[in-house]
Amino acid sequence: MSAPTTTHVKPGMGAPGTVREHHEHHELSFLRKYIFSTDHKVIGIQFLFTGLTFFVVGGLMAMAIRWQLAWPWTKMPVIGGILFPNTGEAITPEFYTMLFTMHGTLMIFFVIIPLLTGAFGNFLIPLMIGAPDMAFPRLNMFGYWAMIPAIACIVMSFMNPGGGPAAGWTAYPPLSTIETAAPGSLSAQTYWLLALTWIGVSSMMGAINYVTTIVKMRAPGMTMMRMPLVIWALFIAALLQLFALPVLTAASIMQILDRTLHTGFFTPTNLVVNQMNPEMVGAAAGGQPLLWQHLFWFYSHPAVYVMVVPAMGMASDILATHARKPLFGYKPMVYSLASIAGLGFIVWGHHMFTSGMNPALGMTFMVSTIIIALPSAIKVFNWLGTLWGARIRLTTPMLNALGFVAMFIVGGLSGIWMAATPVDIYIHDTYIIVAHFHYIVFGGSVFAIFASIYHWFPKMFGRMMNETLGKIHFVGSFIFTNCVFYMMHQLGMAGLMRRTAMPYDYETYAHLQPLNQFISISAFCLFAWQIIFVFNFFHSLWWGKRVGRNPWQGCSLEWEAPSPPGHGNFDHQIEVYRGPYEYASPEVEEDYLPQAKKLS
Amino acid sequence: MRLIATLLFAALLVFGIWSFVDSETFLLGPMPDGYSWWWPEYTSTFGGDIDFLFTFISWLILVFFVGTMGALIMFVFKYSKKREGKAVFSHGNHKLEMIWTGIPAALLLIIAFMQMTTWADIKFAGATAGKQLFAEVFASQFDWRFRYPGIDGRFGTADDIESVYEFVVPVDEDIVFNLRSHDVLHSFFVPVLRLKQDAVPGMTIPVWFNSMEEGTFDLICAELCGWGHYKMAGRITVVSRAEFDQWIVDKTAEKYSNGQENQ
Repeated sequence: MSAPTTTHVKPGMGAPGTVREHHEHHELSFLRKYIFSTDHKVIGIQFLFTGLTFFVVGGLMAMAIRWQLAWPWTKMPVIGGILFPNTGEAITPEFYTMLFTMHGTLMIFFVIIPLLTGAFGNFLIPLMIGAPDMAFPRLNMFGYWAMIPAIACIVMSFMNPGGGPAAGWTAYPPLSTIETAAPGSLSAQTYWLLALTWIGVSSMMGAINYVTTIVKMRAPGMTMMRMPLVIWALFIAALLQLFALPVLTAASIMQILDRTLHTGFFTPTNLVVNQMNPEMVGAAAGGQPLLWQHLFWFYSHPAVYVMVVPAMGMASDILATHARKPLFGYKPMVYSLASIAGLGFIVWGHHMFTSGMNPALGMTFMVSTIIIALPSAIKVFNWLGTLWGARIRLTTPMLNALGFVAMFIVGGLSGIWMAATPVDIYIHDTYIIVAHFHYIVFGGSVFAIFASIYHWFPKMFGRMMNETLGKIHFVGSFIFTNCVFYMMHQLGMAGLMRRTAMPYDYETYAHLQPLNQFISISAFCLFAWQIIFVFNFFHSLWWGKRVGRNPWQGCSLEWEAPSPPGHGNFDHQIEVYRGPYEYASPEVEEDYLPQAKKLS
Repeated sequence: MRLIATLLFAALLVFGIWSFVDSETFLLGPMPDGYSWWWPEYTSTFGGDIDFLFTFISWLILVFFVGTMGALIMFVFKYSKKREGKAVFSHGNHKLEMIWTGIPAALLLIIAFMQMTTWADIKFAGATAGKQLFAEVFASQFDWRFRYPGIDGRFGTADDIESVYEFVVPVDEDIVFNLRSHDVLHSFFVPVLRLKQDAVPGMTIPVWFNSMEEGTFDLICAELCGWGHYKMAGRITVVSRAEFDQWIVDKTAEKYSNGQENQ
């Protein structure tokens, strides 16, 4: 372990304040403390700000997509003149393709994964297992700094003069590999692949750190089965990354080679793309487009669980804390997380039911996909069990966590349609799919992220966020989210395809424009509503009410540390005596019994 | 806040049930003739099986949706009232876990097994093996082309007929065709036929359907194929056998009169 020895709290150094005083002697420079920091809390907060910034960018792209679908090819107000001076201030088909490609890419690789694993993984893991820092603090710093080349590449890709990457976030070849197939893209797709590879490096460094830290650096008494569920979830998500990421990295390097050195991993023979045969200019051929789909989804399906498993863990913790009741069925919750992760590796083919993959294989993937619905159902029942007989405090984090459960129910149930192969023939690639995964990733993960920010903000910055503003933010967000994404089910029922810039020329879709306008207006409201959150966040950062160590009266270890914790986290020796959810325990008078509290 | 939160979740429940039971006028008022907020009417032979499965799963979903959301709403309303005292001190219940693992598991297995034959009938190679090839379908950026064997019934001969955009087929017959692409991925999607199959460069994929109704239906590309993906439209015209034979004769005559015969 290369944890800096100065930060270790040795037994016997127990007097509160020793570590902090010790550190005030060699104060780090601003650059080392906030920019090139090896402190897991600072790195977590760096990920938080980066992720939230890209959330705004990705959100703006979604707004542009919604504009096009509601009022296709019309003059875009305010910014149309700047973005499209040559096309009557309206979106072009090429730009639309780039928009949804980049919206997906940013939201998945630059927002949800960095926020869940990067921000909360970094911030919470050492604090909640009672460790002074990560096992490899420098590697951890490198994990964040690997984001910078990724960001540089994605910006380069976006600023490409001919237009950005235009093959969707799934980058299916040959559209993504043959230059004449998407003439505008030129080098944009290559930069896009490089960005993905660097993001992979960042996630990999994080994952190695999380697994090692959780296995090796738990405080005395913190057995695996006493860990809070959010730690279990982050542990399992890190394992998913560890096993799946190498495949994506290999695949994206193969695609880079196809694009730059004209190898032919994904290019079949005798292609004629835009009147040009790639073999005429010396490109190799004989490859298989489906190979990419297998490799890509072998990573990206587990990645889907990386985007929701930590959110499940966070919601579990927040629900128990604010319901003032032990989490219902701790062990089933851990086992169901583990089985989601395990099964997550054998369901990737359900993205390929209509792809031309052997239909017999499709049937196997159908069975595994159906089975994976079971652990998700078990989780929902246990969350409801946690609420039964509780003393619920409807604080802002709790409301958002309840919102998570409600929307996870919707998104989880609509998944059963997709798992049924014959039904999937009709709904594959329609807006039912879009509705489903937005219910999971926006309604689910984003609401869990909101809940976590409200819940752990006092620990991060030593100040509370404003509860009234928080509640107003939740109510509006919940209403508009459902207006936007529930109605997308109805679009999908009508068979509306995703990634279609102008659907109303088809007789099948002609009647859908009013519905799309309703969705777009709701989406604009949803976006605007987030201003409340941004204001609340920054206002509270400087002027929020100061708090003590344990504002929510939680049981887990992060609440033992000062708010915000200093370098090395804890100012006294931590020892763990019980599980993380001893709320309403009859052993003590108050309604919570912290993990580190010794009873005589 | 207690009331607002309860109403908010209750609104989602009502909204959800409403979308299931009233697909004619849901939210936006009456739909134009022939449209609803549910799937469009099917016209293919296997459409009935697919729609039955979809409807069956939908009702199952509705039951679980009402059950879980109902419990959530009730618990939020009931257990956020009292401030004093402690919650029930319970870490779980083994019997309950068994019940809510066992029942969904059984239902999910039923869903898994009841769809297998439908899937096999539509997609397995056995469904098209040995049947006579009706046409070859080529997808390319950004149009659909259909090649018929012509009057002699054989492909690759001088009287082959090619049609762009329009795919004319006879009603009530099994139509087996080979789907191909030689540039990028496309997908052959006809909503009313409940038929979707990707066209993959380098692969020849046999596809079949049997339309039980005459009419003209949209053929839509369902896999991103480039900037013009949105306008990669086609049309399926289903006619009686007699009309179809006449169409073949007309097309053949048209072809020779234009002097477009193959070398």
